[in-house]
Amino acid sequence: MGARTLFDKVWAAHEVVAETPDTPAVLYIDLHLIHEVTSPQAFSVLKGLKLPVRRPDRTLATMDHSTPTSTEQVFGNVPIKVDAAARQVRQLEQNAAEFGVELFGMRDSRRGIVHVISPELGATQPGMTIVCGDSHTSTHGAFGALAFGIGTTEVGHVFATQSLLQRKPKTFAVNVEGRLRPGVTAKDLILAVIGKIGVSGGTGHVFEYRGSAIRALSMDERMTVCNMSIEAGARAGMIAPDDITFAYLEGKPRAPKGVAWNTALARWRMLATDTGAEFDAALDIDASSLEPMITYGTNPGMVLPIGATIPDNAGDVIFDKALRYMGFHGGDAMLGKPVDVVFIGSCTNGRLADLQAAAHILKDRKVAPGVHLLIVPGSQTIKREAEAAGYAEIFKAAGADWRESGCSMCLGMNGDTVGAGQYSISTSNRNFEGRQGVGARTLLASPFTAAASAVRGRITDPREML
Amino acid sequence: MEPVGRVHSRTVVIPSSNIDTDQIIPARFLTTTTKDGLGSQLFADWRYRADGTPNPDFALNRPEARGAHVLVAGRNFGCGSSREHAPWALLDYGFRAVISTEIADIFRGNSLKNGLLPIVVDEPTSRWLLENPGADVDIDLEAARLTLPTGLSVTFPIEAFARHCLLNGIDELGYLRSKIADIERYEAAQAT
Repeated sequence: MGARTLFDKVWAAHEVVAETPDTPAVLYIDLHLIHEVTSPQAFSVLKGLKLPVRRPDRTLATMDHSTPTSTEQVFGNVPIKVDAAARQVRQLEQNAAEFGVELFGMRDSRRGIVHVISPELGATQPGMTIVCGDSHTSTHGAFGALAFGIGTTEVGHVFATQSLLQRKPKTFAVNVEGRLRPGVTAKDLILAVIGKIGVSGGTGHVFEYRGSAIRALSMDERMTVCNMSIEAGARAGMIAPDDITFAYLEGKPRAPKGVAWNTALARWRMLATDTGAEFDAALDIDASSLEPMITYGTNPGMVLPIGATIPDNAGDVIFDKALRYMGFHGGDAMLGKPVDVVFIGSCTNGRLADLQAAAHILKDRKVAPGVHLLIVPGSQTIKREAEAAGYAEIFKAAGADWRESGCSMCLGMNGDTVGAGQYSISTSNRNFEGRQGVGARTLLASPFTAAASAVRGRITDPREML
Repeated sequence: MEPVGRVHSRTVVIPSSNIDTDQIIPARFLTTTTKDGLGSQLFADWRYRADGTPNPDFALNRPEARGAHVLVAGRNFGCGSSREHAPWALLDYGFRAVISTEIADIFRGNSLKNGLLPIVVDEPTSRWLLENPGADVDIDLEAARLTLPTGLSVTFPIEAFARHCLLNGIDELGYLRSKIADIERYEAAQAT
């Protein structure tokens, strides 16, 4: 067998039936993550066909998208404000009980955003295939897993057969060499990649992030990078597992133990792309040239170094429409623009390292008058860790709103929304029109940039405050 | 699933590129637990004004859009979230096909599984369609061919198995379940 990529190895190990010109491959799925929004209709299909969940032991459920973040609604006696969301939560509770699926429910100390809790539990492991009815499933690729988002019909397929019909995607090497400069984060790196490739540049491909800058990233940072692969159109993003990966996983509740750990390690060490393996496409990025990045338009590819000015493409109808929505003009500087809301959280930047970055900026500082800073941990575990580390005290002293975990203002399903016309600096992943609320104007940035801008009430280069 | 073979219809054009699934069906409508009734919320934030009345400037609200089953859109349609509510909403509204120069991966897969045809065409064909809203087009899935009223006819790529399932009304889950013996063998081999 010739030199193979990480992706090729994981794909080959999960082919139950190989693809032919007439039929897609049957691909085995090791881990199926589910949540309340994209699972109800799939459970209904099972009920209609009188089928069980084939492998409940390979299925993990939680609730994150529509769940409230206010402590009174999660733990108190205040009912969930959004009725339909409350119904979805109840339905997942019923479905999980009926089909024997393990559920990290509303008041479970391990609940959180699905892409945050699975790594935290050690359920996400190198070499696995992982799917979820959520496009940010690409997050788990940080561990050298092949992880991708699926629709609800496919959620039903995995329930019934623990497999999916898939055509083999192409491979795309994203080579990032050099070192990120102080104040420039994994979020800035991935925003820069999307800016270069464009929001559809990765369509049909699986990314593998490679090079010295990637190797130097922590697991939290690698998850941020892989998380946004989908924003460049890629189905998945992967990073070869290494000692940083193994150190993260060792001792996690669901990671292998004892002899099984050693066996797994030996297997995981074989996963990295072989020397000489070929990719279908490639992009080279110099990490040392990167600056803190911020979006200015209505998709994540409309992104700039924070000190830059908005390009002037007057006459380009679609570009003009995006700027009109944002209330910006070609030639405007991004620095100094006013901010109404700042959101720090999400499966992109809601992990402990992100909260630590925010705390670093917010320590002994105050949120600017009139700015609402909402900080939502990615999981209840991270919430406890942030409280133990003193970050939560820093946030509260600064005047931030510190909440229970969930997807929250990333997509505003649970009632945590940004008002029409308001500007929100958000550490989440999508600046689409209306994503954070009807008429909301979202600017994507790193936790450093978000926290610094909350303090000044204006778009701020965080390097001035480090 | 009902077999899908031919779609003959006028087009509606939304020329924007990168139309994401948050535009097709905003997240606040995802609290449903069924697939039904999403058509009234399709493109909600573009289709309705803040007071809930229809925005007369939006393509779907123009009188000539009535009864059209084919949506023509700019490059990279359906990017973003994996929500299958997007094709459910388009189908519930009455669309049977979407034409663009690029269609995002997850949306394309979701569409094929529900009988909505994702049709990728070349730049000149797309330009003609974008410039001629309301054109009568014919989509022949069997031949994988799109014919314009000018007589120009182009083939479009479509995955062979998905096409077979659509033409014959086959549910992919049925096919996948026919592979259970292979899946059991795979699982047994992994366990040893």
